[in-house]
Amino acid sequence: MTSYYHPEHLANFGTIAEGNKALADKFFDWYGAVFQDGALSEREKALIALAVAHTVQCPYCIDAYSRTCLEKGADLEQMTEAVHVAAAIRGGASLVHGVQMLEHVKKESM
Amino acid sequence: MPPPVEVALQEDLYSVESGPKRTRSLLARGSLLASPEAQLRVLNELPLARGDFEAALGACGWEDLRPARLDILQINVGRLCNMTCRHCHVDAGPDRVAENMDRATIDLCLAALDKSTAHTVDVTGGAPELNPHFRYLVDQCVSRGKHVIDRCNLTILLVPRFADLPDWFADRGVEVVCSLPHCRKRTTDSQRGDGTFDKSIQALRRLNAAGYGRGDPRRRLTLMVNPVGAFLAAPQTVLERDWRTSLAREHGITFDRLFTLNNMPISRFLEWLLESGNLEAYMERLTNSFNPATVAGLMCRNTLSISWDGTLHDCDFNQMLDIPLATSDGRRPHIRDFDPARLHARRIQTRRHCFGCTAGAGSSCGGATA
Repeated sequence: MTSYYHPEHLANFGTIAEGNKALADKFFDWYGAVFQDGALSEREKALIALAVAHTVQCPYCIDAYSRTCLEKGADLEQMTEAVHVAAAIRGGASLVHGVQMLEHVKKESM
Repeated sequence: MPPPVEVALQEDLYSVESGPKRTRSLLARGSLLASPEAQLRVLNELPLARGDFEAALGACGWEDLRPARLDILQINVGRLCNMTCRHCHVDAGPDRVAENMDRATIDLCLAALDKSTAHTVDVTGGAPELNPHFRYLVDQCVSRGKHVIDRCNLTILLVPRFADLPDWFADRGVEVVCSLPHCRKRTTDSQRGDGTFDKSIQALRRLNAAGYGRGDPRRRLTLMVNPVGAFLAAPQTVLERDWRTSLAREHGITFDRLFTLNNMPISRFLEWLLESGNLEAYMERLTNSFNPATVAGLMCRNTLSISWDGTLHDCDFNQMLDIPLATSDGRRPHIRDFDPARLHARRIQTRRHCFGCTAGAGSSCGGATA
C-alpha cells in the first residue's frame, strides 16, 4: 500500500459487502433512509454531514458532501459556515476542558 | 445577414449599467467554440462508457423518439442581450445585433400559431424584450387567447425603456419566467456577473408590486434555477420550499413556482467545463444519471422551437447547435412551411447533449420532467 487513502475507495464503498453482505445491506439501507427529506431537508442534512465530515476529518466524506451540498442547492457561504460550526465545536471542546485544568491549578497551587 | 436591430442602439448595451457582464460572447472573442460543429465535435470525441443517447433511449423502449401533441411554440426572437452570463447556451450578448427576428418572420410564426394546437407561446432570447417587435408579438398572441411566457433575465426590467413592463405584462396576463441561479448573492453573481443579484431582487420587487408572485394565475411569477457549476440541479420541490422561505425572509419577495434546469454542455457552459477541467466528469455524471422516467415529458415532444430566422428545431438547445428538425424532403425546415401533420410525423433529433435533459429528475424549460 503506497498510501492510506485512495480516491477510488469512495466509489468502491459498496465492496465492503464482500465480507458480510447482510450487515452491509443494513448499513446502506439505513444510510439511505437517514439522508432522505424529513423534518430536516436533504440540504440541511448534507450541510450537517459536511460539518461532521470535517470533524472526523474523513477525506472521502468531505469529497462526497462538498458535492452533495452543491447538488442540494447550498452555496460556498453556507458550506463555509457549516465547517466553522464544526471547527467551533472542536475548538470549544478543547477550550472547555481548560476549566478542568483551571480547577486543577487552583486546587494544587497557592 | 439582415440589417442590425436599430433599437438596440437606444441604450449602450455594452455598459454595465444596462446589464451585468460576466464575460463576452464566444463570437466576440473569436473562440473556436462559437461554431456549433466545433461544440458537437468536442462532445463526440469524449470517451464516455455510456455516451450513446440513442442506445440509452432504445434500452428503455424509446427506439423512436417522436413528438406528442404540440402544446408550446417557443419563439427565440434573437440573441441580443444586455448580459453575458458565463453559462449562456445561446452565446447571447450585446454584440449579437445581427440575429434578431424581423416582423415578417414574426407574422409567419403567428400564422403557424393559428394552424397549430399550441396553447402557449414561450418567448425567449437573448433578452427577448430587446427585439423591436416583442410587444407586437405578445399582443398578437394574447389577442388569440394564448398563454404567453416571457423568459426574462430580470435585469432588463431596470433599463429605463423597459421599466413599464411589469405592469404591461400584468395587464396582459403574461407569465414571467425569470432566471435566478441562486437565492444568494455570491453564487448568482459568479455566474451572471457582479451586481446581478441586487438588480434581480430589485426587479422581483417591481414584479411583486405589479401583482406578480402572489398566487394570481394571470400574474404568474416563475423562477428558473440552474446550477452554478458542474453538478445537477437540486430537487425542484425542496428548492422551491427553501427559496420561498429564504427570499421572503431576507428580501420580502414572493413567487409562484420554481423550475430547475440542468446546464447543457454546449456553448459558453461547454467552454467553462473545458477550461475548468470538469467536462468529462460532468458528462459522466449526466450519462450515469440517465433516467428513463424523464423521456415521456421531454420538452422536444410537446414544444416546437423557432429561431430568429424562422428555422424550426426540436428544442432551443438543438437550435443553438444548428440541428434543424428532420424533414422528409431534406430541406431546411422553415416556419413558412409549417404543416402540423408533417411535423407530428418527424423523428426528434438527438445528440450527446440530450443527456442534460434526461439526467436525474429531468430538465426542461418547464422544469423537472420525472
